[in-house]
Amino acid sequence: MTLDEQTRPDFPILTRIINGQPLVYLDSAASSQKPRQVIEAMQRYYERSHANVHRSIHTLGEEATEIYEAARDAVRSFIGARFREEIVFTRGTTDGINVVARAVASMLRPGDEIIVTEMEHHSNLIPWQMVCRERGAALRAVPLLDGGVLDMAAFGRLLSRRTRLVAAAHVSNVLGTINPVSEIVRLGRERGALVLLDGAQAAPHQALDVTALGCDFYVFSGHKLLGPTGIGVLYGRRETLETLEPGLGGSEMIKEVWIDHAQWNDLPWRFEPGTPPIAEAVGLHAAVEYLDKLGMGRVEAHERELCRLTLEALETIPGVTLYGPRNPELKAAAVAFNVEGIHPHDGAALLDERGIGVRAGHHCAQPLMRRLGITGTLRASFSVYNGAAEIERLADAVRALRGAL
Amino acid sequence: MVYSSVIRERFRSPRFRGSLVEPDAAFEDVNPLCGDRIRIECRITDGRVAEARHRGDSCAICAASADVLLEMAVGKSVEGAASIQPSALLERLEAEIRPTRMKCVTLPLSVLQGALEGREVAR
Repeated sequence: MTLDEQTRPDFPILTRIINGQPLVYLDSAASSQKPRQVIEAMQRYYERSHANVHRSIHTLGEEATEIYEAARDAVRSFIGARFREEIVFTRGTTDGINVVARAVASMLRPGDEIIVTEMEHHSNLIPWQMVCRERGAALRAVPLLDGGVLDMAAFGRLLSRRTRLVAAAHVSNVLGTINPVSEIVRLGRERGALVLLDGAQAAPHQALDVTALGCDFYVFSGHKLLGPTGIGVLYGRRETLETLEPGLGGSEMIKEVWIDHAQWNDLPWRFEPGTPPIAEAVGLHAAVEYLDKLGMGRVEAHERELCRLTLEALETIPGVTLYGPRNPELKAAAVAFNVEGIHPHDGAALLDERGIGVRAGHHCAQPLMRRLGITGTLRASFSVYNGAAEIERLADAVRALRGAL
Repeated sequence: MVYSSVIRERFRSPRFRGSLVEPDAAFEDVNPLCGDRIRIECRITDGRVAEARHRGDSCAICAASADVLLEMAVGKSVEGAASIQPSALLERLEAEIRPTRMKCVTLPLSVLQGALEGREVAR
């Protein structure tokens, strides 16, 4: 049984009919759909166990705390972190990056440098622009080679004693490029820089071992990983997190408070101000358990095959331009393309008329669009529930796009 | 039907696409949602829009909207052209535009207003 045949019955939304056709959902890179197991776990939590966590001295409060902290342990093991103190729950990838940016800001001096890449999602660019402006630091970007991969030689030249932090996507949300993150981490850390990896597009698609990667921070979202919206994970190496001042304050993140000062809480709660997303953590727990059961190796192989089928089908269609690596081994679960004479938003609307949901536009990566000399693309992206027949329906619909208007 | 016959026809064979030599009024702007850019140029004679052209990089809905809009604007007084309502434009487009694409329809309208009010193009 293929992975999609096995998983589809778990995703109630996939039975929807859109514009008279069975839904073909190819926008999981924006947000994945949720299996019944996630939806039911959250409902069960709200119906049976909900209370605020950590401070409530009553049965439900203790139950909720236990459930919330169990989610942390599940995530720790899912991504190969050593300690539960290294798992900080956030609101999502963007929030995780901002939590790090706020914490790192106080150690930046004028003349320091932060290195990003030309393929970053705005979420892994704007927070660094903001802290650089605030602290008089400079932002540098690793350029792209024509094949849609990073110019690693240029990265080597950009690194210097002034580099304080490197922030790079593990996988490009547009090109699908899998970046050489081990190399990025090694080079960055050799120079004494902190390294943050944006794993929003990687964590849902491959087995992770953040300890082996050796990065200081790894961030991702729950909602792209079959989990709910409103929760994300910030992995921080314990040794690094211990040196950072929290950038955001509130309850939960403190141990003892006076009117004019306070003592910070232990890790990881030091970086979790306010009531956390408890039900969302329950959902995320169910999502990583679901993926674990499928096996991330099997997930990766399945999605690579979908990627290969899509590249193969689209490159034979006249008028189609593909972006990013053509080798499916270098690509994760997303294929960006354009059709001659068809604006991506028109393309997406016309595909929707056939029940096919894809993403269109700049994908929150305007500097990358500028580098490619375009305003936007269409993007098909995959998850465990997509199958080969859906790629055929996509290809047929794309073939009909040229001359459709 | 999102892509009405009016939209398809105006996208394929625009009547007001192009540019004017030394226009009296010109403005351009982008749709922040999609990065589309559209520019409108007008010739004003005796307080009336005598000629108008649009160009840019946009979707079919935006291009068709600009084309229909300029057809409505030409011959009108500057004030009359600047006060064309989105509802009038939608009626002429004969399309069911979803809320997510409304900005595609209204961008040319705000660009025309910018031109007629003599606003500076932001860089």
